[in-house]
Amino acid sequence: MSDVSISQVTKNGLWTNNPALVQLLGLCPLLAVTGTVVNALGLGIATMMVLIGSNSIVSLIRHHVSDAVRLPAFVIIIAAFVTCAELLMKAYTYDLFQILGIFIPLIVTNCAILGRAEAFASRQPLGYAALDGFMMGLGFLLVLVLLGAIRELFGQGTLFDSMHLLFGPVAKDWTLRPFGENYSFLVAVLPPGAFIVTGLLIAGKNSIDAAFKRRADRHKHRPVKGAKRIRTTGNIA
Amino acid sequence: MAFKQVTSPHAHSAQKTSNVMQLVLLATVPGLVALTWQFGWGSIINVLLASITAVVCEAAIVHLRGRSVAFYVSDYSALVTAVLLGIALPPLAPWWVIVVGTVFSIVIAKQLYGGLGYNPFNPAMVGYVVVLISFPIQMTTWVTPLALLPEGVSHPGLIESLHIVFSGYTPADGVTGATPLDSFKHSSGLLVDQIYQRDPLFAQGIWAGAGWEWVNLGFLLGGLLLIAKRIFTWHGPVGMLGALALMSALFWDSGSSTSPGSPVMHLLSGATMLGAFFILTDPVSSAVSNRGRLIYGILIGLLVFIIRAWGNYPDAVAFAVLLANFAAPFIDNYTLPRTYGHTDRRRATEKEEG
Repeated sequence: MSDVSISQVTKNGLWTNNPALVQLLGLCPLLAVTGTVVNALGLGIATMMVLIGSNSIVSLIRHHVSDAVRLPAFVIIIAAFVTCAELLMKAYTYDLFQILGIFIPLIVTNCAILGRAEAFASRQPLGYAALDGFMMGLGFLLVLVLLGAIRELFGQGTLFDSMHLLFGPVAKDWTLRPFGENYSFLVAVLPPGAFIVTGLLIAGKNSIDAAFKRRADRHKHRPVKGAKRIRTTGNIA
Repeated sequence: MAFKQVTSPHAHSAQKTSNVMQLVLLATVPGLVALTWQFGWGSIINVLLASITAVVCEAAIVHLRGRSVAFYVSDYSALVTAVLLGIALPPLAPWWVIVVGTVFSIVIAKQLYGGLGYNPFNPAMVGYVVVLISFPIQMTTWVTPLALLPEGVSHPGLIESLHIVFSGYTPADGVTGATPLDSFKHSSGLLVDQIYQRDPLFAQGIWAGAGWEWVNLGFLLGGLLLIAKRIFTWHGPVGMLGALALMSALFWDSGSSTSPGSPVMHLLSGATMLGAFFILTDPVSSAVSNRGRLIYGILIGLLVFIIRAWGNYPDAVAFAVLLANFAAPFIDNYTLPRTYGHTDRRRATEKEEG
């Protein structure tokens, strides 16, 4: 009964319809918390979990909620999962929760989540909806982490700094300092850096797509334009 | 007898972009000479390093974009950006500050938007602001003006300056210090007269702070030359300087301890004249019509004063220009000139009703 396939859902979430790079949804957390890898990873995982949960529940209730009240119902479901994520973070990664602050409760306003509930989960069976939540969440998470890594590396010259906030004391010495101790380039950590790096990532994705399209076009068989005519001038008897 | 048919606008002589840019470069010479005289070799090194970086970046990006490198590099616009940025950056700043600023100016602020003519922001000021907010320590250290050097200390010579810029060698004590605007901002609780007597930066100056007044007069001279050569009209600079003078006169309150400074100080300090004649007159990122440029200049003058008086930064030309660049399309929208042959101002651009 479903009109989508697993590979299609996967490709959509990770690349062709990536929430951060193509739909440009959830830009507020995307720009605000990607100063370091650990912040980006924390927020990304929280968002992904909310997205999987809300997509699943929305898919389960899709036949029982009338169209008129579907949006409030979706929002309440999302808010419930955000509250769960918030409580979990308070319990297990309290320091990171303190750093991310308002952006954890604000996941509820992330348009990507409501958008997936409305556009996908409310029309598909549970399995596909959950997979879509996972893939969209993963696509968002990967972009967040990439952005966080670039900004952290160029902004403060470290990579994987303070990872112990998320992974416990094991990760205390994961910090890499490829540029030495005294490196700092503040603009990458400040808001303008977020916009510039996001812009460059979007440009990079578009140029990769363009390169693929060019290659595909080259291999495509081109039919000859216009019908071929048999030569009729010359000596016809 | 056949007449040659030419469509409007009817320009009498072709003023090529490269000619305009060369004249602008020439007009920076008085200010650059004053800078070198007052602050040593630093500014010259900045300008040269920024120029080399700018030309290399411009050529590389234009090549990547598949355009003619020779054509775009020979319009001198990258050099003008580089020279203005080199002048704006503090003398004897480390080389990487200059390179990072120039790369940002040319690659991000200019070429990524489509090159000369398409950039909404003044490239030199974007580069300046990026390094200003990224490297606050390096960007707020200025060289002490000639009159204020301690006994027996002189500005580092050319070789020593190169050492300081490229190998992080520290200059002798007393060679670097605050600028007059910075110092003025941080001497709170003193009457303006007391600051002028006690702070050697002001005591050694004639009008508005040792060294800086000459630099500003140098740029004023260059700017007047450009107006005389009709590179730009008087509207932008007069708007900015007028607004700045008016605001500082209004808030002068005869030199109390909270006074933001006299009009003379504001006009002859910091980047005022450089901004008025070389930065806000950038034809690409400013408003287009004369009336628009007047408003654009006034807006910059107001913003410069507001940020200098009540903001966190001692000088504000770069921020003011970037903010006004945002506003330029909006100003243009409301200051469309009347087209020839139409009585109504907006007739030519609006669709006929019905």
